[in-house]
Amino acid sequence: MMFVRSFLLSLFFLVIATPLQAATLAEYTFEDPQKAADFREVIDEMRCLVCQNESLAGSNAELAVDLRNEIFDMMTAGQDKDDIIRFMVARYGDFVLYDTPMKPSTYPLWFGPLVLLIIGALVLIRALRKKSVTQETELSNDEQQRLDTLLKQPSDSKDAQK
Amino acid sequence: MSRYLRFLVPLAIFAVIAAFLFKGLDEDYNPRAIPSPLIGKQVPEFSLPLLEQPDTQITNKDLLGKVYLLNVWATWCVSCRAEHETLVQLGRMNKVDIYGLNWKDERVAAQAWLRQLGNPYAANIFDNKGRTAIDLGVYGAPETFLVDAQGIIRYKHAGPVSPDLIRDKILPMVAELRKKG
Repeated sequence: MMFVRSFLLSLFFLVIATPLQAATLAEYTFEDPQKAADFREVIDEMRCLVCQNESLAGSNAELAVDLRNEIFDMMTAGQDKDDIIRFMVARYGDFVLYDTPMKPSTYPLWFGPLVLLIIGALVLIRALRKKSVTQETELSNDEQQRLDTLLKQPSDSKDAQK
Repeated sequence: MSRYLRFLVPLAIFAVIAAFLFKGLDEDYNPRAIPSPLIGKQVPEFSLPLLEQPDTQITNKDLLGKVYLLNVWATWCVSCRAEHETLVQLGRMNKVDIYGLNWKDERVAAQAWLRQLGNPYAANIFDNKGRTAIDLGVYGAPETFLVDAQGIIRYKHAGPVSPDLIRDKILPMVAELRKKG
């Protein structure tokens, strides 16, 4: 019951929230549908600098609104997606891009997970090997003798030892 | 070897966590700071009215020839209020000119703020539309840029500046930039 109520409540908020975002972007109209698609794409690919987990398209921060307006003006004036990306990166750095470019300073980001995976795999292999080695270790004569005597003991005496 | 590893691995993990936590204690550390691509570049061109005199324009060229701080602030910015006293004290030291970029603000409110809290600024650039702030890569006030005599941005701090930061970082950099000319 609790679950159903909270589900319905979130659904309600979802419904009232969606037109809000649509309304903020509806003011940007292009004659060329290709331009409109490019505009949507480019602001979706950019991070809002104020609310750092939102895209430029989704954020209602004032700076995001200003930047959307700026990008809209630039695109209306004939600039393309690459111009916009260059404009934004020159001011805010690679941080604004969700699609991180591949270059020496970002190698740790791109290859770090792979390196960690390899290290993890090596550690795992080593641990597994070590385990199988200990299992296969042969008993010394002394140990074998002790084992034999233990196994020969009648079961009731084993209980007695408890 | 593996006997030591049992102790060294947790120790290393602890050291890494401790180093990150220690960094968090630094009051000038801002986890939301973004490295500025404008370091080493010219201050972008602008021509904007002064906050104090709406009819007088100030341009980036007017500021050439001296080392100065450019502080982005606004009356709607709470951290700017917290920072202001530090700037007033820095202004009293007379060691470096501070220019203000009044960002997306209302003129009357900004003027009243300076009358009430003190005015450490040599002049205030009134960036009502926030267009110059975009060219400077500003994403949240306060932000402070250190600019050399050639108009090149040498340092940027996002967030309020502390007296420690001024003493340990900004003033030594100002002295060094002046030496270079």
